[in-house]
Amino acid sequence: MTNFKLTELNEQAVQYIAVGAAVLGTGGGGDPHIGKLMALQAIRKYGPVRVVSPEELEDDALVVPLSMIGAPTVMNEKIPSVEQMTKPLELIEKELGRKVSAIMPIEVGGGNSLVPVIAAAERGIPLLDADAMGRAFPESQMVTFYLDGIDCSPITMADERGNGVLMHAIDGVWEERMARAITIQMGGSASICDYPVTGAQVKASAIPHTLTLAYEIGKILYESKDQKQNPIEEMLKHLNGYALFHGKAVDIRRRTEGGFTRGEAVFEGTDEQKGRTMRLFFQNEFLLATEDGESLAVTPDLISLLDQDTGMPITTENLKYGARVTAVGFPCDPKWRTPKGLETVGPQYFGYDAPYVPIEQLTAEKGGAQ
Amino acid sequence: MSLTNTKMMSSEEIYRIGIDVGGTNTDAALLDSKLHTIHTVKVHTTRDVNEGIVESIRRLIEESGVNPAQVRYAMLGTTHCTNAIVERKHLGKVGLIRIGAPATTSVPPLADWDETLKAAVGQHAYIVHGGYEYDGRTIVALNEAEIIGCLEVMKGEVSAVAICGVFSPVNTSQEKRIEELAKQVLGEDMPITLSHEIGSIGLLERENAALLNGALLNVIAGVVKGFEEALHGFGIDAGVYICQNDGTLMRSEYALRYPILTIACGPTNSIRGAAHLSGLNNALVVDIGGTTTDIGVLSQGFPRQSSAAVEIGGVRTNFRMPDILSIGIGGGTIVRVDAAEDRVTVGPDSVGYELLKRGRIFGGDTLTATDVAVKLGRYTWEGAKTEELDEAICQRADAIMTQDIEDAIDRMKTSAEPVDVILVGGGSILVRDKLEGVAQIVRPAHYDAANAIGAALGEVSGETERIYSLDEMTYDQAMEDAKRNAIEQAVLAGAVRETVQIVLSEDIPIAYLPGNALLVKVKAAGRL
Repeated sequence: MTNFKLTELNEQAVQYIAVGAAVLGTGGGGDPHIGKLMALQAIRKYGPVRVVSPEELEDDALVVPLSMIGAPTVMNEKIPSVEQMTKPLELIEKELGRKVSAIMPIEVGGGNSLVPVIAAAERGIPLLDADAMGRAFPESQMVTFYLDGIDCSPITMADERGNGVLMHAIDGVWEERMARAITIQMGGSASICDYPVTGAQVKASAIPHTLTLAYEIGKILYESKDQKQNPIEEMLKHLNGYALFHGKAVDIRRRTEGGFTRGEAVFEGTDEQKGRTMRLFFQNEFLLATEDGESLAVTPDLISLLDQDTGMPITTENLKYGARVTAVGFPCDPKWRTPKGLETVGPQYFGYDAPYVPIEQLTAEKGGAQ
Repeated sequence: MSLTNTKMMSSEEIYRIGIDVGGTNTDAALLDSKLHTIHTVKVHTTRDVNEGIVESIRRLIEESGVNPAQVRYAMLGTTHCTNAIVERKHLGKVGLIRIGAPATTSVPPLADWDETLKAAVGQHAYIVHGGYEYDGRTIVALNEAEIIGCLEVMKGEVSAVAICGVFSPVNTSQEKRIEELAKQVLGEDMPITLSHEIGSIGLLERENAALLNGALLNVIAGVVKGFEEALHGFGIDAGVYICQNDGTLMRSEYALRYPILTIACGPTNSIRGAAHLSGLNNALVVDIGGTTTDIGVLSQGFPRQSSAAVEIGGVRTNFRMPDILSIGIGGGTIVRVDAAEDRVTVGPDSVGYELLKRGRIFGGDTLTATDVAVKLGRYTWEGAKTEELDEAICQRADAIMTQDIEDAIDRMKTSAEPVDVILVGGGSILVRDKLEGVAQIVRPAHYDAANAIGAALGEVSGETERIYSLDEMTYDQAMEDAKRNAIEQAVLAGAVRETVQIVLSEDIPIAYLPGNALLVKVKAAGRL
C-alpha cells in the first residue's frame, strides 16, 4: 500500500476507478460502464470533482450516500436522468433542514462506485473517499452503518418521471423490503439516499479510502499491461491480496431465485496447477471458493475472477465456459468479521454450510503463496 | 483447387456462387444444388474492392465452364462496412432520435464516440420524451410536436435517421410511430433504422449500432449495386444475398436496410464453411492464414458467440460476434534465431503477402513458418530450396508453433475432453497431424476456400430477445413463445418454413427484478 490519497476526480481517475470497482465488485455489483459514462459526462461539463478523506470532515458535517437500487440490466437500458441523481439529495436536505457537505458511494464495488459523481459535480460538493461495504453486496442492510446501529432513515428515492419518496424505516432490513418494492413500481431501477451520517459517524463506521483503493487497482491493471508486467501479480503485491487459483472454467450453472442469480462454477487447474479443481459459489457476487470440499476463501472476504491475459475482472454474468482466470482474494474490512458482520453477510446468511475462516488463515494453512 | 468435369452434369443443375472479401484475398466458390464444391478461386483484394469481386467471378465462370444462366444464387461476404467505420470513409450523416426523456439524460447520445467518427456521422442527435419500462408499460407518451420539431431541423442535413427508444425490444410501438412521422417530415424515401430491429437490451450499445447502421447505408448500397452489376455483366441472373456476422444470409433488399449486420462475417464464413466441408457440427475450427491463426468454436453447426461487449471502430455495440481467438501464427510468420543466446523465436510479425518473394524456400532472405513446414516435409513445394535450412532450428520453431496452437485450442475448449479440430486456410499446412488435447484433426477438401464456401451455403435466420416474467407463465411457455417468434423472423428473412430449425436458445435470469424475470434469446435458421 502506498500513502497516495485521491484528492481530485478527473477523467483518467474515473477510468481507473471503473476497473478497480469491477474487481472490488467481486463478480457482481453491476457493470460500472454507465456510472463511468455519467461521471465522465459530468466532469466534461463541470470540471474535476474534489475528493475529501474522512479525516478532513468536520464531526457535524452531513454526509449522504447516493446510489442506484434495482436491476443493472434495467439501468443499462433506462439510463438515469440528470435530475434523478440530485433529487434524493434535495429531499433529504429538506427533511433534515440542512445542506449536504459531501456525497459518498454506499458501495465501492461495481456500478455504484461512480454513481455519486454526477450529483457531486452538479451540486459542486465534494465526494468522500470512503464507502460502507468496501466491496459489493446485494442488499441494503449489508453496510457497516447497519452493523454499528446507525439509523438508515430518512431514506429518499427518485425515479426519472419526477416522483420522489421519503421513507422512515426501523432498520436496514425493513429499508431493503420497502425500497425494493418501490423500485419495482419505479420501473426496476431508482436512485436512493439512505444512511445520512455525520462526519463523526463516517470516521467511526465507514470504510476509509476505498475510492483510492479502486483507483490504485485500476491504475496497476492498466499500467502493468502497458509495461508488459503481469498485472495480477503486480496488483496482489501492492494490495495484500492472495492468488487462490489459476484455472479454466469447465462448468457453470446459474438459476434464478427470489430475483437473484445464484449458481456455481467449476474450474480446472492449468499450467503448474493442473489436476486441481476449484468450485466457486455465487449469488450475484462470488461468495465461496472451495477445493476438495475445503474453503479457499469465504464471504465476506473478497473473491474476484480476473482474466489471465488482460487482468480485467470477470462478472458472474459474463463468466463462460473456457474462460482462463486467476481467482484472487482480499481480506474484507475487520467490521465484517465481527459476530454481527458475519450474521449479516457471512456464509450462513447466503445459505452455505462452510464456516467463516479469514482468508489469511486459510492461506497460511495451505502454506499458500503471497 | 479442383475442377470437376462439368460435362457430366445435367444441364438442369442449379449453381450458387459464394464470395468472401477479406483484407488480403478475395475468395470465391461455386457450389451445385447439393452444395458440393465445384470450383474455387483466390485473387488479391483490390483497392477498389469491386474489381477483385469481378475478377473472381470471371475466373470462376471461365475455369469451371458452367453456364452463367444456371447460377441462381449469389452470396457475398465482405469487409466493406468494417473498413468504412475503421477508416471513417464514405459514412453518411445520420439524424438520431432517442426516445428517452425524462430518463437517460445523464448520458447523451454519442458520449463515448471519438471526435473523428462523430464528425463523420453527424451532430443531429436529440432526446425526445417517451420510452417504456422493462415490462412494456409506458414511461411517458410521445410528444409529437416535439418530435416533428427535431425532424424539421434534420431536413437537408442527414442521409438517414436512426430511432432508438428505451426498452424498444420489449415494446416497439413508439419507434414505429416516430418512423411514420419521420417519413412525413423527411419524405418516404428517407432511410430509417429502428434500433429494436438490430440490437438487444442495452440502450447505448443499441443506439450506437443504429447510428452506425444508418451511416453505412451508402456503403452497402454501393456494394450491392457493384455485386449485382458484376453478376449481370457475366449473364448471371441470380438471387443476391449478403452474409451476416451470425453465419446466416440476408436478401440484398434486407442488407440494404441493415448493413451493420455484415460486420465481421469473415471468420463466421470460415467456421460455417469448415462445418460443411467436414460434415462436423461440433468442433473447433482453426483457420490459419498468412498472418494469424483464428480459432472459433463450431456449436450445433454455427459459431459460438462472444459474450463480451464488441467495439467497432472504438464504439461499443452489443452485437453478437463470433467468439474468435487470434494468435500471431500464419504461413508468413517470421522465425528468428538468436545464435548468441541460442534462442529461436516465432512471430508475431509476418511477411504477409510477400511470402513468395521473401520466404527462404522461394529464394528470399527471411525464414518463415512456411519454410519450416516444407523443410519438415509437411508440404511439398516444387522447386523449394530446403537444403540450406537448418533442420534443428526448424524443429525448434515447429515445437514453439505447435505449443502456441495447442494452448490456443485448449483456451477455446469447453471441457477437458479432447475435441475434433477442423483445419482450414492456406496456412493449415503448417500444422502437424497430432496435437495435444485433440481427438482428431480433419483437413477437408477445399480447405483454403472454406470462407467462400461458408458464404455460399445459404441459411437465413431470425432471432428474438425478450424478457419474460416466470410468475405469469411457465419456463416452457416462455421458451415456446420466443421460439415461435424467432421462426417467424426467419421466415420473414426468406427461409423456407419447413426447413427452419432453432439453432440457438439461451436464457439468462435477470437479477433484482421481481417475478423471476428471464431474458430469453432464440435464433432460428432455415434454407433458402
